[in-house]
Amino acid sequence: MTSILIIEQVLNGLQFGVMLFLMAAGLTLIFGVMGLINLAHGSLYMVGAFAAAAVAGATGSFLMALTAAMAAAAIAGVLVETLVIRRLYRADHLDQVLATFALILIFSEGTRWAFGSFPLFLDTPDWASGPVTLPGGIDYPRYRLLLIGVGLAIAAGLGLLITRTRIGIQIRAGENDREMIAALGVDISKLYTLVFALGAALAGLAGALVGAIQSVQVGMGEPVLILAFVVIVIGGIGSIKGALIGAILVGLTDTLGGIFLPEVFKLFMTPSAATASGSAVASMAIYILMGAVLIWRPTGLFGPRAA
Amino acid sequence: MNLKSMILGTALAAIGGIAGADGHGGVKVGMITTLSGGGAGLGIDVRDGFMLAIAQSGRDDIEVVIEDDQRKPDVAVQLSDKMIQSEQVDVMTGIIFSNLAMAVIPSAVAQGKIYLSPNAGPSALAGRGCHENYFNVAWQNDNLHEAAGAYANTAGYDNSFILAPNYPAGQDALTGYKRMFEGDLAGELFTDLGQTDYAAEIAQIRASGADSVFFFLPGGMGISFLKQYADSGVDIPVIGPAFSFDQGILQAVGDAAVGVVNTSQWSKDLDNPANAAFVETFQAEYGRLPSLYASQGFDTANLLISALEVASPSDAEAFREALRAADFDSTRGDFAFGSNQHPIQDIYAREVIVEDGIFTNKVIGVALEDHGDVYAAECGL
Repeated sequence: MTSILIIEQVLNGLQFGVMLFLMAAGLTLIFGVMGLINLAHGSLYMVGAFAAAAVAGATGSFLMALTAAMAAAAIAGVLVETLVIRRLYRADHLDQVLATFALILIFSEGTRWAFGSFPLFLDTPDWASGPVTLPGGIDYPRYRLLLIGVGLAIAAGLGLLITRTRIGIQIRAGENDREMIAALGVDISKLYTLVFALGAALAGLAGALVGAIQSVQVGMGEPVLILAFVVIVIGGIGSIKGALIGAILVGLTDTLGGIFLPEVFKLFMTPSAATASGSAVASMAIYILMGAVLIWRPTGLFGPRAA
Repeated sequence: MNLKSMILGTALAAIGGIAGADGHGGVKVGMITTLSGGGAGLGIDVRDGFMLAIAQSGRDDIEVVIEDDQRKPDVAVQLSDKMIQSEQVDVMTGIIFSNLAMAVIPSAVAQGKIYLSPNAGPSALAGRGCHENYFNVAWQNDNLHEAAGAYANTAGYDNSFILAPNYPAGQDALTGYKRMFEGDLAGELFTDLGQTDYAAEIAQIRASGADSVFFFLPGGMGISFLKQYADSGVDIPVIGPAFSFDQGILQAVGDAAVGVVNTSQWSKDLDNPANAAFVETFQAEYGRLPSLYASQGFDTANLLISALEVASPSDAEAFREALRAADFDSTRGDFAFGSNQHPIQDIYAREVIVEDGIFTNKVIGVALEDHGDVYAAECGL
């Protein structure tokens, strides 16, 4: 276990974390501002990836593909919000779960109907593929470094948007007291649509960015959705800062746990038993992390404190 | 979903010119396969290959009922009960995934139905759990991995890094590779089923000092692994079974797969008349190149048709005898059943190439000749 391997794995964990953040940011805003559990968020991730694959196939431009992914996911988000979700704000969470689960099925089979059952091709652009040599002699994929950069830039941008702009003030006010902000003359339903579109666009962007190094296929969003929920529970619901810290924690725990737990187990077990039980514990690691955080801070790291 | 599959099935039956047989002297086939969700490409290929063979036979007394199992064992069991009790089918086929096969096949064959597996070949049904009514027309699960191990020996590799998802077929895969591979292991990893990011595993491969990498990551997992592997700058040669290099997903992997050696019992360039005709007619009918799953569906239907020429399913003993003879022109060339009614066949090494702008495979040699499986010895048939 060399230090090069450890640094490389930390970078991998960071990259995984910032991509989770793009998903979790939208989810936490939607949950925080509107009080809505949106299971269909993973479908918006898939819509982004498919739109990117289609546009990249037609035009050959990766940047166009990313733009299309954000636009398509945002449009899908606005449609879903105005047609379905708007009727659910006053309903209880079980109704929301049921309706947004139905949306998952509709999106999945709709995508299959439109694009077929076979995975689509989406590759990293030439200018971003291949390895780069970092100081210290580490070969690391250029594209993954780019993902880390893009993710952190978006996190900074979102932070500024929430803390420094008028929209941000309205979003934060909406989280605290929905009735009051409506009484102050803010068009709350327009604000909701905007937040939903923003969250959807981020999910679509994540889908397209990740789709380029993974497979673009029906149902790709659901595993990520589960992790994104873990992230917002750890970070505290409604907090962008919490989503970022939570996402990076989950990314690092998942990646490093998968490497080091089997090694730790090898200290007192046979190698094959250590591999099997180490990877079993590693796949639980993020949930153990979530449990520990919830015992320590029941509302998450940056969640609202009960007065 | 059920309605959709029924309509689709009926439509395909109509294309094939099959009139409603209604059970008068004909045979009724129940096909339960995966037609929706992530694994749908495989089931669709098996179905299309199967229906093509039925259509080409020109027989109008074979009725095929097609249902979608959604890759869920509980759904598959319900459909199976329905097919046995209310549809009263004679022969069943179609299941892609081994966990679904384990849920359906033992009870179906125990109720006297003939089961022809076009894909799944779990070891539990090849050894002590074998049954006179169960025939596997594809392979026993270990076979292609054993061939990969054998190929690694001939290629001169002696230090492999091996990885597969942590579920029964993944464990069988590594067991199969290790059974044939004579070198050392630089590392052995189980990944999560459905995992899509392999950066951590690739870093370990880079650090392991291996001279070859064997992986079994079917479907989307393999696409992700190969793209990330190509992008990582690691240049250790990769080998794997055909499942990650099949015609349906190669286009999604792209350049990352070119040059990779994989093992398969079938390839579209196998030189025999049955295969040439199959590839041409499949392409004409469906507008895409056939995959190995399509070839398995096609062979399954032709096996069934060959047995129907000799005997009727109502005479179970004679019908089983006719199936065991395997008297049909397989797209793979030579094909015979072993004592446990699993295939004895050649398994080839193929290389991924680009042909007319399409990614496909080319046979480069035979990895294992007339290969059966090790479980046959435990089978009491």
